[in-house]
Amino acid sequence: MADNKSDSKKVSRRKFLVRGGLGTIGVVAIGTYIFRNSIRREILGTVNSLDLPYTDNTDKPMVWFEVTTENNILLHSPKVEMGQGTFTGIAQMAADELSVSMNQIQVVHAASSTGNIDSFATGGSTSISGLWKPLRELSALLREMLLKEAARKMNIGIEELTIEDGVIFGNEKSMTYAQVAEGVENWKVPDTPVLKSLNEYKYIGKPIARVDLDAKVFGDPIFGMDAQLPDMLYGAVVRSTKIGAKFISADTSAAENMIGVVKVIVEEDFVGVVANSLIEAENAKDAINVTWESYENLNTEAILKIMTVGNGKSTIIQKHGDALEEQDGVEILEFRTPIGAHAQIEPNGVVASVEGDSAIIRISTQVIGLTRKEVASRLGLDVENVNVIPTYLGGGFGRRLHTPHAVQAAVMSKAVGKPVKYFFSRKEEFQHDMFRPPTHHIIKGRLNGEGYLDGLEHQFVSGDVGNHSALMPDFLPPIIGADIGAIRGGFIQYTGIPNFRSVYWHVDLPFATSWWRSLGLLANTFAMESFMDEMALKANKNAVDFRLAQIGDDAIGVRLKNVISAAAEKSGYSEEIIDGRAMGFAASIDANTPCAQVAEVSIVDNEIIVHKVTVSLDPGLAVNPDQIRAQCEGCVIMGMSAVLYEQMYVENGELQPTIYGPYKMALMKNAPKEIDVVLLQGKDTPGAVGEPPLGPIGAAIANAVRRLTGERLTEFPLKLTKTK
Amino acid sequence: MEISLIVNGVLKTVHIEDENTPLLWVIRDILDLKGTKFGCGKSACGACTLHVDDEAVRSCSYPVKFADGKRITTIEGLGDRENPHPVQQAWVEEIVPQCGYCQPGFMMATAALLKKVPKPTDEDIDKNIINVCRCGTYYRMRKAIHKAAEIQTEKDSNESNMV
Ligand code: FES
Ligand code: FES
Repeated sequence: MADNKSDSKKVSRRKFLVRGGLGTIGVVAIGTYIFRNSIRREILGTVNSLDLPYTDNTDKPMVWFEVTTENNILLHSPKVEMGQGTFTGIAQMAADELSVSMNQIQVVHAASSTGNIDSFATGGSTSISGLWKPLRELSALLREMLLKEAARKMNIGIEELTIEDGVIFGNEKSMTYAQVAEGVENWKVPDTPVLKSLNEYKYIGKPIARVDLDAKVFGDPIFGMDAQLPDMLYGAVVRSTKIGAKFISADTSAAENMIGVVKVIVEEDFVGVVANSLIEAENAKDAINVTWESYENLNTEAILKIMTVGNGKSTIIQKHGDALEEQDGVEILEFRTPIGAHAQIEPNGVVASVEGDSAIIRISTQVIGLTRKEVASRLGLDVENVNVIPTYLGGGFGRRLHTPHAVQAAVMSKAVGKPVKYFFSRKEEFQHDMFRPPTHHIIKGRLNGEGYLDGLEHQFVSGDVGNHSALMPDFLPPIIGADIGAIRGGFIQYTGIPNFRSVYWHVDLPFATSWWRSLGLLANTFAMESFMDEMALKANKNAVDFRLAQIGDDAIGVRLKNVISAAAEKSGYSEEIIDGRAMGFAASIDANTPCAQVAEVSIVDNEIIVHKVTVSLDPGLAVNPDQIRAQCEGCVIMGMSAVLYEQMYVENGELQPTIYGPYKMALMKNAPKEIDVVLLQGKDTPGAVGEPPLGPIGAAIANAVRRLTGERLTEFPLKLTKTK
Repeated sequence: MEISLIVNGVLKTVHIEDENTPLLWVIRDILDLKGTKFGCGKSACGACTLHVDDEAVRSCSYPVKFADGKRITTIEGLGDRENPHPVQQAWVEEIVPQCGYCQPGFMMATAALLKKVPKPTDEDIDKNIINVCRCGTYYRMRKAIHKAAEIQTEKDSNESNMV
């Protein structure tokens, strides 16, 4: 891998800083490490062969580690923890290379003031894979620096020293890392750190319990919603219930005189109110009369009409052999998926404090760098003076890949001269989500004489995912040509078919759509894997054999075939209906991680019941197998929720519904009672985990229903049309 | 008005302008116990579940005036790291939380269920545990609920042996 080499070289050119810390001595701060290129490439997943012309290397020192007087290590994470388990995985990597025990490592979110933030984002299932090499190298580097220094202080040859749990032993003497680090001004920095071999690792590869487990079980105040600052006031911002409404003006007279109101703030793009308590702020918000610019009276039918293959602009994203001519024997199926909400339980919220020319922002966000830039530019502050301190996220799922409410809170804080806390109501969260875009798919295929496909074509249309998102530089879409989010999962994985192509269509929607966990994968895989199942039935072939026979023999093809075989075997895949239950099969590749699933389904009172799901995943090297299983379980349940129940609609220009319940989601009673996860290791480095298992679930369920009832369901939420 | 609450065993008196203020905000903002979460404010998600006189209550929709003089238990009072409640112990053993935000509500709902139904069946669980978890931890939660019931039973029998 070309990256790895250049990364290693850069380590040695960095500066290493040592600083006396607050309450800690011998704080070791390690310099920058340039790993962002490889992360970016990973984010692009299936289009990762493109060499993107942007980087944001910095020479500013970044604090990765601090050695405390108690001989613990603080690891400043550039990635945020939103449930995906990244903190645990990186603690395992650091502990192993630093030769300390797991409980000596405490992971904290890096604040933007220390510089060690990923200036792009946490997302794309890239945290562990992206940090795998650089974090272990940095940890090894620190270990070697401490060893060298210990040799000097103890006056013993380095080769005679051994380390155990952060204590260096030699010649019957010992020193803790903290003692070694104390007072050191000039560190000797090794050129290239030597990594341990895999079998020397004590933690990597083990199902270690989450490092944030206790905090989450005993109710510690770790979330954005829990953040507070001294003398904090509460803010609220008026939002229209209508799609596309632009703020014109506001009559604030009633609100201004209400109890507890400190100030009503009218800006050119929003109106907000600050009050002594949350309830007072909310009440005052309701008393503000806003004039909005006129809007279109949209409804769902209008959206569906826009969202139809053939509208907008098309890009061929994959092409092999000839196009499929419409002629006898061409099978065509159409699929649709609706608008989806993130519905994460912690609403978006923020505490901002602006004082003089600097600002502090406490927020649950996936985009620390972007939030920092936006606050700085709106308030005319120097970026360096805006400190974004991330909290744990009560769910991310892409919802927090743009958090502009930080700007509004900062504006309000500046206006009242005190910290302001403000968060979305649930209704606002539903109506002002940046949704999973609706999609429409037309798939065509032709079987040859042997009952295999000789041509396959997928045409699909989607609203924006990556394009026009605040995170994506404007110059990027034209370079890539297609929306890198919408096309996730849109590549045909049956490359053994002689002629195939995949065509993406883009249309603009009147409301914001954006990143939703796994992006286009859920919809694209649902369509393609449903179609494949229908073709297997038509060819009178076993669905597993039919798939295996048409996958290419390149590296990823082989890994895909392996997960398919493993899922079939583990589940005892059978096409017989036994005790009123049928199995459905589906598979996908996302961000270089193949996944196959088998869903066992029955119909009770005309409702689809999912009893068991078998997941087979090849995430490469599993840093923490338990957390990978947890991600598989979570993806299965979040996925089945989206597939069976969830749907936003548009009525009289409003996005609806605005509350859980009417926005139906999977509950305990709906979740499968069995989820069986098989992990394969088809490559020797860690790969993506947090999203790939969302791919197959929709088609796996729909395919089971088809085999059970004869009905091919082609739309989320999957519902039987006839009583069975 | 003055309202007296026995919160996690400690008597607290709060002065409140609006007696209809949801109990959730008194607990979170006045008493500064942040373990009880806000998710929807409309009794639709269960993130705010706590106990009022041992009953599970969605505190976002429970006016504080009704809690006057009553015993309130929040996740902070359910148990702690040294002395976890069986539900918390089971949650740790099964490594249930992902993002963790919904979890206090689920644990409080489960603790209340176990008081009434010490050995819940899957059907009992389906009927009574109706909070929302977006991360999809239901699969592990179900295992943890059964385990918590076991831990609880064992604890109870140990205690009665000691008597
Ligand atoms: S916050 Fe109370 S039920 Fe959702
Ligand atoms: S653990 Fe995240 S919502 Fe339940």
